[in-house]
Amino acid sequence: MANAVDLIRSIENVKEEVPNLAPGDTVKVHVRIVEGNRERVQVFQGVVIRIRGGGINRTFTVRRIASHGVGVERTFLLHSPRIEKIEVLRHAHVRRAKLYFLRQRSGKSARLRERRD
Amino acid sequence: MGAGDDVIVLPPDRRPRAGLDRQSCRQPAVPGPVRTMKGLLGKKLGMTQIFDDQGEVIPVTVIEAGPCYVAQKKTLERDGYTAVQLGFEEIKLSRVNKPKLGHLAKNNLPPLRYLREFRVDDHSDLDEGQKLDASLFEVGDRVDVTGISKGRGFAGVVKRHGFSGGPKTHGQSDRWRAPGAISAGSTPGRVFKGMRMAGRMGNDRVTVQNLEVVLVDPERNLLAVKGAVPGARNGLLIIREARKTSVSKKRR
Repeated sequence: MANAVDLIRSIENVKEEVPNLAPGDTVKVHVRIVEGNRERVQVFQGVVIRIRGGGINRTFTVRRIASHGVGVERTFLLHSPRIEKIEVLRHAHVRRAKLYFLRQRSGKSARLRERRD
Repeated sequence: MGAGDDVIVLPPDRRPRAGLDRQSCRQPAVPGPVRTMKGLLGKKLGMTQIFDDQGEVIPVTVIEAGPCYVAQKKTLERDGYTAVQLGFEEIKLSRVNKPKLGHLAKNNLPPLRYLREFRVDDHSDLDEGQKLDASLFEVGDRVDVTGISKGRGFAGVVKRHGFSGGPKTHGQSDRWRAPGAISAGSTPGRVFKGMRMAGRMGNDRVTVQNLEVVLVDPERNLLAVKGAVPGARNGLLIIREARKTSVSKKRR
């Protein structure tokens, strides 16, 4: 008999191709939204401040500054069929896995140094 | 001595009265839900989540259900009740003792770890030795799942009965998880029976009713049911058709 873990993995419909996200990345998340019987795609752009979970349960949190400097954070399931596409626009040089310190910062101090490699 | 002398004549008060043997004492079948043989034995593999077609997450428990074998059919005439005995989980020959092996050999079954009975009203649709697998159920069915819950050892009242414990502050010490008073004073002068106290918790037979079957994979004998199921991983589970779901609801 196959290993139990493999059997469980096999029924999880994990996406074949997911971008290699890292904390600090600036991303554009294309989310499918169903309103009544109409479907449209919304884009949420911001900085990835957290990645957690494994396998099908992997989630990432994107923080963006909305109007009037209000911070908005949204957590997405990486393998959700509601996520159409994730575009990585920019990588940043960060020294920790969770960028919660960005919540206390705004404006110039909330910038992250770009990583080019 | 004649042959008739061998018969022991009991005094009238010791004689078995008519209608008092096991067979005739049985209650007439009460009209109720017919207990059908829609059940399997399985093994809990673990939990995960899957997305439905709306993209909503469904928490599921994955069960390896089958292949099960009908090891024996108990009949009213021979055993005094009707039931189906299912066997599950093939194991090495050396792990089975000889009496069990002989029992299984009657129907040319492989060595099996578990044998469990399912009480049914009618098992004419099954044959001894028949193989059952996960395809018995289909997506959308409701099932009751029975297992042995994880043992928690000697647990306090907070864990065992959901008491809230005492206050943590305001000068309290060692009252955090205390049960509080267990009775009044000299009236009644005793503790009532059934008072909820600390003690052994878990390792009980627990049934979770009315779980929805979310996924069936007959090829690998996998079932996924929505929600949690009693017991640890690799534990034995008994999966039966739900007792309390009406047919109309099920077909929705």
